[in-house]
Amino acid sequence: MLVLLGIAVVIFGFALRFNPLLVVAVAAIVTGLAAHIDLLGVVAMLGKAFVANRFIAIAWLVLPVIGLLERGGIRERARALILKLQGATAGRVLTAYLLIRQLTAMLGLTALGGHVQMVRPVIAPMAEAAAEKIVPLDHATRDNIRANAAAVDNIGVFFGEDVFVAIGSVLLIKGFLEQNGILVTPPQLAVWAIPTAILAFLIHATRLWLLDRRLARRAVG
Amino acid sequence: MIGLEAVYVLVGAMFIAFAISHVLDRAWRSALFWGCFAVLMIGGSWQPDLANGALVLVLALLATMGLRARPATVAAGPIPSLGNRVFAPALVVPTVTLLGTFLLPFVKVHGSPLIETKQVTLASLALGAIVGLGWAMHLLRVPISTAMNEGRRLIDAIGWAAVLPQMLAALGGIFAAAGVGKVVAMLATTYIPMNVPLVAVVVFTTGMAMFTIIMGNAFAAFPVMAAGIGLPLIVGKFGGDPVIMSSVGMLSGFCGTLLTPMAANFNIVPAAVLELKDRNAVIKVQAPTAFLLLFANTVIMALFVFHR
Repeated sequence: MLVLLGIAVVIFGFALRFNPLLVVAVAAIVTGLAAHIDLLGVVAMLGKAFVANRFIAIAWLVLPVIGLLERGGIRERARALILKLQGATAGRVLTAYLLIRQLTAMLGLTALGGHVQMVRPVIAPMAEAAAEKIVPLDHATRDNIRANAAAVDNIGVFFGEDVFVAIGSVLLIKGFLEQNGILVTPPQLAVWAIPTAILAFLIHATRLWLLDRRLARRAVG
Repeated sequence: MIGLEAVYVLVGAMFIAFAISHVLDRAWRSALFWGCFAVLMIGGSWQPDLANGALVLVLALLATMGLRARPATVAAGPIPSLGNRVFAPALVVPTVTLLGTFLLPFVKVHGSPLIETKQVTLASLALGAIVGLGWAMHLLRVPISTAMNEGRRLIDAIGWAAVLPQMLAALGGIFAAAGVGKVVAMLATTYIPMNVPLVAVVVFTTGMAMFTIIMGNAFAAFPVMAAGIGLPLIVGKFGGDPVIMSSVGMLSGFCGTLLTPMAANFNIVPAAVLELKDRNAVIKVQAPTAFLLLFANTVIMALFVFHR
């Protein structure tokens, strides 16, 4: 029971807005101590686990190329493309990206996209430019449109990738069921991700349509 | 065979370049922060665990004190206008990543694969970043130092959030070692009466979401919840279909991922990458979709899981 103290540290630490790195480090130490590991042992465990997860940092290798392309004007070009496009709205731009992200993820192409590679340099500037066509953006609205762009990237990949048979979660399920003596094939599992994928698109596309309506109402009002 | 260790050295070298750039601008805390991170990347496998752990604590303390990054003082030289050619390197990164993922497993040296199968995607991502960078430098006719300064500009915008996903993954490891998951599952199964199939379904889908919110990862939640509720009750006691239970259960977990700061790489990092004022802005935008989809998943499972 005491090991749940770590979760409490995380919840209160995040709620009280302490620095998340500090919160997580303290939660790790508290959890370890609660599991009767001595302090130095817990610190060593934290170091070992951190190093074991270094693969996560490989994604940052794209920073120099994206930064350089921003200097080369990629965001301005993305804006210009949208300004030329008749009938483009923030909601429609993001709905199109949602569809592309879901469909490519269903084919296993999850590498097409991402917040650093795609959303910051291309998608967010496009959505902002489309919104600015009808209403000047204040700081809060601009942040809201950017947050929407990030959300579309997440929702698209989460509810697309499980339709692909060789993705991690499908293989995890297959392995888990196998350990428990139930044999299933990945396509069987992937088929049951399709209804949720369709509903995810319908629900979120509707919300993006509502976003457009809110922006349009502000333009009139 | 090329292991990920070589890629880690490359990542570490990049962060050393960022740190040097910070030193030149007298942004000492940022220099120390990214310097420590670089040491962890490069030396992690050779240093004692305790030294690594101490470095991690230094990172947390520096982040708490504030990194105080300041804008790079580089003379921004003229950069030629590229028109739409500027998109090409951005597209090259994912293209090379995908090609690498498909083709690298077939590249063999003396009969053994060049890169270990499990690591192909990550190695391909690194390859894509390098090829894209080379092309961008060629198009813009700038040296690597300019590229590193631009990279530093982005890492300054992102700040300590760049390290958070790795930190949370480490916490996940410690949670697992301490048996946190088992305790939570035991609490859920002990105190909630589940004699009705529908109740079991609702507890399972919302449990998947809640557990994912706590752990930050549906992959960590699934084995615990499926072993605690999914298999023994929905499949075992009430005769449900294990395929639907698992597949829709996992997707219910993904709804939780949309709602939690613990899934930092999806929710907190993009807020930093897009320079949003509110750290939780992405979660707030995702919340209505997440709740509606969780409800939809519960309905889908309730309708179909018991019809075989």
